[in-house]
Amino acid sequence: MKTNRILIAGFGGQGVLFAGKFLAYKGLCEGRQLSWLPSYGPEMRGGTANCSVILSDEPIGSPIITTPDTLIAMNLPSLDKYEAATVPGGQIYIDSTLIGRKVRRDDVTAFCIPATQMASDAGLTTLANMIIVGKLIRESGVCAWEGIEDALKKVVSARHADLLGANLKALEMGYNYEG
Amino acid sequence: MVVFDKPHALTDVPLHYCPGCTHGIIHRLVAEAIDELGIEGRTVGIASVGCSVMTYNYFNCDMIQAAHGRAPAVATGCKRARPENIVFTYQGDGDLAAIGTAETVHAAARGENITVIFVNNAIYGMTGGQMAPTSLPGQVTQTSPYGRDVKTVGYPVKVCEMLRELDGATYLERVAVNSVKNVKAAKKAIKKAFENQVKGLGFSLIEVISTCPTNWGMTPEKALKWAEDNMIPYYPLGVYKDITAEKEAERA
Amino acid sequence: MAEKVLMKGNEAIAEAAIRCGCRHYFGYPITPQTEIAAYMAKRMPKIGGTFLQAESEVAAINMVIGAASAGVRVMTSSSSPGISLKSEGLSYMAGCDLPALVVNVQRGGPGLGGIQPSQSDYFQATRGGGHGDYRMIVLAPASVQEMASLTAKAFDLADKYRMTAMILADGTMGQMMEPVELDEGGYTPVDKPWAASGTGMQREHNIINSLSLVPEELEKLNFARYEKYKAVEENETMYEEYMMDDAEICVVAFGIAARVSKNAVIAAREAGIKAGMIRPITLWPFPAAPIKAAAARCKAFISVELNMGQMIEDVRLASECRRPVCLCNRVGGMIPSPEQVLGKIKEINGGVQ
Repeated sequence: MKTNRILIAGFGGQGVLFAGKFLAYKGLCEGRQLSWLPSYGPEMRGGTANCSVILSDEPIGSPIITTPDTLIAMNLPSLDKYEAATVPGGQIYIDSTLIGRKVRRDDVTAFCIPATQMASDAGLTTLANMIIVGKLIRESGVCAWEGIEDALKKVVSARHADLLGANLKALEMGYNYEG
Repeated sequence: MVVFDKPHALTDVPLHYCPGCTHGIIHRLVAEAIDELGIEGRTVGIASVGCSVMTYNYFNCDMIQAAHGRAPAVATGCKRARPENIVFTYQGDGDLAAIGTAETVHAAARGENITVIFVNNAIYGMTGGQMAPTSLPGQVTQTSPYGRDVKTVGYPVKVCEMLRELDGATYLERVAVNSVKNVKAAKKAIKKAFENQVKGLGFSLIEVISTCPTNWGMTPEKALKWAEDNMIPYYPLGVYKDITAEKEAERA
Repeated sequence: MAEKVLMKGNEAIAEAAIRCGCRHYFGYPITPQTEIAAYMAKRMPKIGGTFLQAESEVAAINMVIGAASAGVRVMTSSSSPGISLKSEGLSYMAGCDLPALVVNVQRGGPGLGGIQPSQSDYFQATRGGGHGDYRMIVLAPASVQEMASLTAKAFDLADKYRMTAMILADGTMGQMMEPVELDEGGYTPVDKPWAASGTGMQREHNIINSLSLVPEELEKLNFARYEKYKAVEENETMYEEYMMDDAEICVVAFGIAARVSKNAVIAAREAGIKAGMIRPITLWPFPAAPIKAAAARCKAFISVELNMGQMIEDVRLASECRRPVCLCNRVGGMIPSPEQVLGKIKEINGGVQ
């Protein structure tokens, strides 16, 4: 029996909610129990945004994550806010292009991915989020790599179907990133 | 042979209005229009709050009693639910032009395909004669005992003039029932307002200058004269907007 | 079985309403329920329904009154401050015995308050909100699945009893996504011979009305209405019991508070404390019977709420004050953590003998 409690945080516009939705749909495809809870309101318009994704083999009680076992921090305020809350033994993924400092905790595993730089270099400007998710899938085992395309199809709306390939590429870049 | 008879659309329930009140005339005109158009079976009336609160007892069609000022919103829901029905509101000046201003303006702006009968007698009748949004400057009422002072309470709301600026309104006419000639004109206008709805032409409002002998403190006869001498000059009768023909052409 | 899809709670309400025959929605934007309006705006025109953004919440509820009077399934949705504005209409709907669905996705108050989740409209929902003696059926979903299933239930109950039914959710329930299985829906329209839908010259006119100036008659109407409410209490009370068989500490919580409390109950059991939970699904009628029964064997009750202690009064009444009833709460948009609830369970377990 396994429960993953993933908190994704960053600025509005960094695709925090989208990344969470992708993981939620991946969980759905794998037949797991899940919940996806966004922050909402005015802070979403350019302020900080976060979302809680729980994937579990059992029915989920509270959908609110106060102590994540997996944290994705897309900017410094998010790392400052949630680093201490992460459970000992947990994992923290940061976008090292935007976050100048290291993860200070030594009882968690930290992954520094220069995701914004990588995305920019590859012409995938808005997809730093998915690069980090790719890395997370490889390192955390929250979900299988197989079937990512099926989950992507569910979360990328028909209107943006042309972005499917770019999202897939970003996930692959993250998955293959060594560091 | 012309036989004077009660319109079918009126029930046999005796009206509760004060002696000399013109609500009775206006009820009859509405009922005649419903009869002549043969729409009683699919008409739903919305009663408001004020003297006409018990209108639901007087019309033979289905009736809904609305909260104070909300009749146009209730009519909107009713009409949207069953567009084949003919829906009218019957409202006084306090109801339509004070507490229900927003509902009135927005039903007109949306061009709701409803008919509004707006009875303006420049006073709150049911509660005993307080100042209305349409009380005239200087008019003495229970809550303007020294006369309506426009410096402190502002000016009357001229509903037809206000609504005519709205693109959504189809037909706006102000009529009166203080003389035989005016009653005839009022009948014509009210019937047209219903006809418009039958044809699906949008929002029609007929403002009827009425009297309140009881709260104006006059005999019925004097009240009719007072309306002629004081109200009609301030609220000129006539068509304020009529794009019925354009609407008809649009639909054709 | 239908396929499981991911939906926000707000969207699940909207889709469920459409599937059970609701073709009329009147609303006004307010966070955190706006997704319901957005969903309806998108779908209704495609299925021959009405979506109308009213000029105010007051107008919206009166449009609901008009459509309900005409005999169709109709709903509106709002959040706390908007429900206050609708309360006049809710009173009239009770007085006219009109069936409709009103959704309140609560946010913190009073006043404009905040936009984060809250349960502080419990009194307003269960005690009336508007003026006069009346009740609404109040349903409190605790998952996105229930946002959908209780919406269908609410419409059925509203039609069955000619009452307003309210879904009392909160910002979390409205905004979160969970897998949901939607019924194919479909419903058999209920015969509404009382509706103002036109006489067709075939019957006496129907009058939808709440005015009754003769005291003897108004008294009769009120007594009759409360007979109906009694039938609702007897037949429609819904609740869930969790680990209550041998429970010594009984947590009572609904909606998001119940989700949090469930984790706490599990943790308490792991710590060797016999905790259990009663989750009211209908807040009115309130599930008094299971709480009274629990009072005979539990040491204490803990009412977990996102308000300053509102449901706790019903827990006290239902338990007839035979056991201590404590409050565990957060307010203003804050949500109690499972740890906070567990702490309270431990404290009470240690303190009550």
